[in-house]
Amino acid sequence: MSILIAILVLGGMCLFFGALLGYAAVKFKVEGDPLVEQLDALLPQTQCGQCGYPGCKPYAQAIANGEAINKCAPGGEDTIKKIANLMGVDVQPLDESHAQDNTPKVAFIIEEDCIGCTKCIQACPVDAIIGAAKQMHTIIADECTGCDLCVAPCPVDCIKMIPIAQTTHNWQWDLNRINVKTIDADDYSNKQSNNVKTNTTEEVNV
Amino acid sequence: MAFFIASSPHEHNRNKTSQLMRLVIYATIPGVFAQWYFFGWGNLIQISIAVCCALLTEFTVLSLREKPNGKAIKHQLFDGSAILTAVLLGIAVPALAPWWIIVIGAVFAILVVKQLYGGLGHNPFNPAMAAYVLLLVSFPVQMTNWQPPLSLMSTHLDFANTLSTILTGYTNEGYSVAQLRTHIDGYTMATPLDTLKTNLTLGLTIDESRKNMVFGENFALGWEWINLGFLAGGLFLLAKKAIHWSTPVSFLLSILIFTFIAYTINPGMNAPTMFHWLSGGTMLGAFFILTDPVSGATSVKGRLVFGALAGFIFVIIRHLGGYPDGVAFAVLLCNMAAPLIDLYTKPRTYGQINSNNTTKELT
Amino acid sequence: MGSILARIKQGRWWKFHGGIHPPEQKFLTMHKPIRNLPLPKVLVLPLKQHIGQKGDIQVNVGDNVLKGQPLTNSPHPMAVPIHAPTSGIITEIKNTLVAHPSGLSELCIFIKPDEKEEWVARHICQDYKQLSAQEILTKITNAGIAGMGGAGFPTNVKINTKVATKFLIINAAECEPYITADDLLMREHSSEIVDGIKILNKVLSAEQILIAIEDNKPEAIKALKKVTGSLDNFHVCVIPTIYPTGGEKQLITRLTGLEVPQGGLPSALGIVVQNVATCFAVADAVINDIPLIRRVVTVTGKALEKPQNVWALLGTPIKHLLTQCGYQKQSPEHLIMGGPMMGFSLPSIDISITKTSNCILAPSTKEIPKDNNEVDCIRCGQCADVCPSQLLPQELQWFAKAKDHDQLQKFNLFDCIECGACAYVCPSQIPLVHYYRIAKAEIRQQQQQDLKAEKAKARFEARKQRLAQEKIKREEKHRKAAEARKAAMNSNTAQAKDAKSAVAAALARAKAKKAQASDDNNDKKSQVSAAIARAKAKKQAKDGIATNKTTTAKTSDRLTKEKNADDQEVLDSITSSNTETTKPNTKKQNSNDNNNETATKEKVLTKAEKIALAVAKAKAKKAAENSSTHHTDSNLNSIDNDINNQNNTDDINAKKQRIAVAVAKAKAKKQQQSTESKNNQSKESS
Repeated sequence: MSILIAILVLGGMCLFFGALLGYAAVKFKVEGDPLVEQLDALLPQTQCGQCGYPGCKPYAQAIANGEAINKCAPGGEDTIKKIANLMGVDVQPLDESHAQDNTPKVAFIIEEDCIGCTKCIQACPVDAIIGAAKQMHTIIADECTGCDLCVAPCPVDCIKMIPIAQTTHNWQWDLNRINVKTIDADDYSNKQSNNVKTNTTEEVNV
Repeated sequence: MAFFIASSPHEHNRNKTSQLMRLVIYATIPGVFAQWYFFGWGNLIQISIAVCCALLTEFTVLSLREKPNGKAIKHQLFDGSAILTAVLLGIAVPALAPWWIIVIGAVFAILVVKQLYGGLGHNPFNPAMAAYVLLLVSFPVQMTNWQPPLSLMSTHLDFANTLSTILTGYTNEGYSVAQLRTHIDGYTMATPLDTLKTNLTLGLTIDESRKNMVFGENFALGWEWINLGFLAGGLFLLAKKAIHWSTPVSFLLSILIFTFIAYTINPGMNAPTMFHWLSGGTMLGAFFILTDPVSGATSVKGRLVFGALAGFIFVIIRHLGGYPDGVAFAVLLCNMAAPLIDLYTKPRTYGQINSNNTTKELT
Repeated sequence: MGSILARIKQGRWWKFHGGIHPPEQKFLTMHKPIRNLPLPKVLVLPLKQHIGQKGDIQVNVGDNVLKGQPLTNSPHPMAVPIHAPTSGIITEIKNTLVAHPSGLSELCIFIKPDEKEEWVARHICQDYKQLSAQEILTKITNAGIAGMGGAGFPTNVKINTKVATKFLIINAAECEPYITADDLLMREHSSEIVDGIKILNKVLSAEQILIAIEDNKPEAIKALKKVTGSLDNFHVCVIPTIYPTGGEKQLITRLTGLEVPQGGLPSALGIVVQNVATCFAVADAVINDIPLIRRVVTVTGKALEKPQNVWALLGTPIKHLLTQCGYQKQSPEHLIMGGPMMGFSLPSIDISITKTSNCILAPSTKEIPKDNNEVDCIRCGQCADVCPSQLLPQELQWFAKAKDHDQLQKFNLFDCIECGACAYVCPSQIPLVHYYRIAKAEIRQQQQQDLKAEKAKARFEARKQRLAQEKIKREEKHRKAAEARKAAMNSNTAQAKDAKSAVAAALARAKAKKAQASDDNNDKKSQVSAAIARAKAKKQAKDGIATNKTTTAKTSDRLTKEKNADDQEVLDSITSSNTETTKPNTKKQNSNDNNNETATKEKVLTKAEKIALAVAKAKAKKAAENSSTHHTDSNLNSIDNDINNQNNTDDINAKKQRIAVAVAKAKAKKQQQSTESKNNQSKESS
């Protein structure tokens, strides 16, 4: 008898909670797939296609459908970590075929060499190149995502990817990297030797 | 000639954590002196064993954890935190407890409570108190074999006898700890708190219990002076600004309020405030344990809540709990509550209109 | 307002949270007058010496400039001009180290003084009371005045508020240890400062003027009280000395009990705060028409024999100041621009004084130790006790180390004023402010990146939409054209009928021809196709050899063998094309070599050469691509050969062959075209 009561009670609870869950599923149904949106928000939006998908959103869709999370080269480790966190999976190292440095870069057209073929304009996913046929092209540096998709189509190889230079605006308090100038102890007493050394950097200020 | 690059501020008041720790250790001297005066060498021996074990454990763990770019082990070993933990544990254990008690305690405090949580600054619990509770729960017999004050003992307990008792369990003359605790009249002496608890279960009132000679003329023979010693040390720390006034004040006030309530309700069954203040580990807890910054609350408001909560739990345990003293348990329970207290006592940032908003967001 | 004024008059100040009492060390310089220095050999003027934009350069290298002549100019409101501090010649305009904690370079103008001190034409204002607010604003803007307390916010922007100003607070607190520049300026030029305040107040028309000064400057207080004694809305507020009283927000709270709302500006409360040195500069600019070309700098520290306040021209190299003050070199050298609490270390001694540099601190090695004994935080909470912004520095520190940006923002990291009080008291000697700065920079960068990503996404979506629309439009156009044709066909006019029948006839003819061709010419055609295919293979083998880029010797060997084996029978048919292709190949190689040479030598190219170079580059690239696709091509060729050897009666085979022929033809054509154009162009270029 007591067994029967136990079974009835538990069965009743099962039914009740099942009904509750079922009701909740109908009542609080989430429209659309917010996961894709969340993933898309994590991706760097360079639209570079290095992941094998035409843009960030398609890759986000693919991740939501089970694609590997380690294919975003511009995002690098940080993005992988964030995606892993969101998806609840382990962090993987960046896909080896994509292993490259992901320092932020911008494209730069060597304007003397440009023949005005418009091929790069067609390749640019964010319309950051202006120019017309037989006219010199140039890159809107502020809009460039550094995806380097324009480099390959250029028939005269006049597009270079240039790392974004460090200026006093975007400097990040990295005291260890300050170029400390050493001066000779004897030289010091000589007043005003006019050779003010400059910080030579190969980077171009964009 | 190279230029030195550093981030501001370039000036520093040149206080060091190790100095702070050293100051706290010095501040225990009056209390330890009183302990020595009334109870003999026992606790000093316990303290020395504890310090050795703690340093050894700390050294082992630091060697294992050493990172390639880590700071020198020596630097961390002698930052004073391990020594302080050992000193507090040595003070807290019964003077004649066998040597392995303090060894287990010290190793547990450093290895498990401190280092396994990430080392200095990362332990959620006070190491000394956590180890004390471990010992109390695991070895109740050894941990309740409290030695009566020297003046009440039939045997003369000198240094050699104490050492021998701690190491072998017997004095040189062959007395066991149990025999040492026996009064000339033939009954076993306990701490005042123990006596009170036992007598209450036997149906005796407080006033009747206090006729027992372990209570002495005032509140608790020996213990009152030990507590006053720790109070003096605590006041020294306050004067040196090594600890903040908030925690001890709120703790002692909280004890005052709750014991006063209990005493007014039933004076026969509840001891007066002064007894609670000056017996057991109250002052040690108030000035040396609860003020441990690592496991306590951080803001002033938080510390006030923290101390008051500790006082409340302390009174509850002493009055209603199974153990005679409640400092260690109160501290551990409050350690657990500290993060929550911190969360709800976050100060209002300058210029912030409504601090409730952020608190809500956080929860 | 009334009660605030009452309290101010009684000298009862509000309290702000926290604060510290670092050793003041002002005795080093506070008893000596401000000294005038001889001219340095060179002045280095960074274009940007304030918060905002840099102006456009108005001068060229080699120009002679007069004292006070503007060097930059910009219509942008956040760009303040800079002026020549003395007369001289501009020797250089280039990037060099500037006074910034990063030790990075910015564009600077180098002036070699000619020691004549010739002024530009000045318009000295006899009575500034006659000037309108707008005139004063223009004068301040043209004088290039930016806040001289440290941040360097353009003064003209700050005083141009739309909100009615209740309090004009003059910040003379100077709470940082060591610095006495404002103290000395107040003692020596109190009447000019009051003139400056009056000028500012003509623009602001504040109800009350509060001059806040810490009680450790008795002489300055006396001087100010003397000159403001007769003025009724001036209040010299003597406030207790505690660091960081001089912080704008802290000062406002101290004097008025009000708090600047989070993320807001003091002007929201009807308060404007100006530095006392700025007031002096304003007076100089408006009355004497002297732009901001000099400032008082405290040169102090125990590494100096004669620490003193000096009048330094903007652009004076620090080396000059230190030499004048008897600098004893330390090892390692440690120079701080600004005070010991908020200043930054300098990476070089050649950096120059800017509008915001109020102090050069050269401490001895003992004075400011350089050991960094950072240990773990023990949560002692001392940092939270001294934080003037009432933050929880220890919590922030943990979040900063864990790079938990969300939590950092929830704990109001951006309300940190970087005063350094927390790091000053930290017993664990954690460089807390440094962690916050890094975290702040990271968060700012992250925000910028997010913004950029958002923009990129929008642009990408817009582009996708545009492409889709273009496609639809194109399809629409085609459809319409087709429909028009159809309509024309279907309409029952005679013309349409004619056209229809003509089309039908043409189709029939084509069919018939096709059938015939497939019946009769199968063998012939397949032979031709094979020949062309082989020719192509051979050419590619040569390409591979000629370019020598990616093709391995093995591939080319195989190709050559293939050629030798198969080509005997059709040698005749391909001889002509072979000779045709060989020539340009060699040419191409030459041009490649040229290309390399020119690239390495970096010659200045003529236009024609440039074109040739561009073409050569394109070809080289194509050739590289070709050689990389050799494998597939040779596969195709072998398929062709197989087809050749088989019995050709099979229908499917015939079809396959036709396809192969088409492909081969297309390829051959392309090849020919390119060689032709190549020939033409190489002729042109030569």
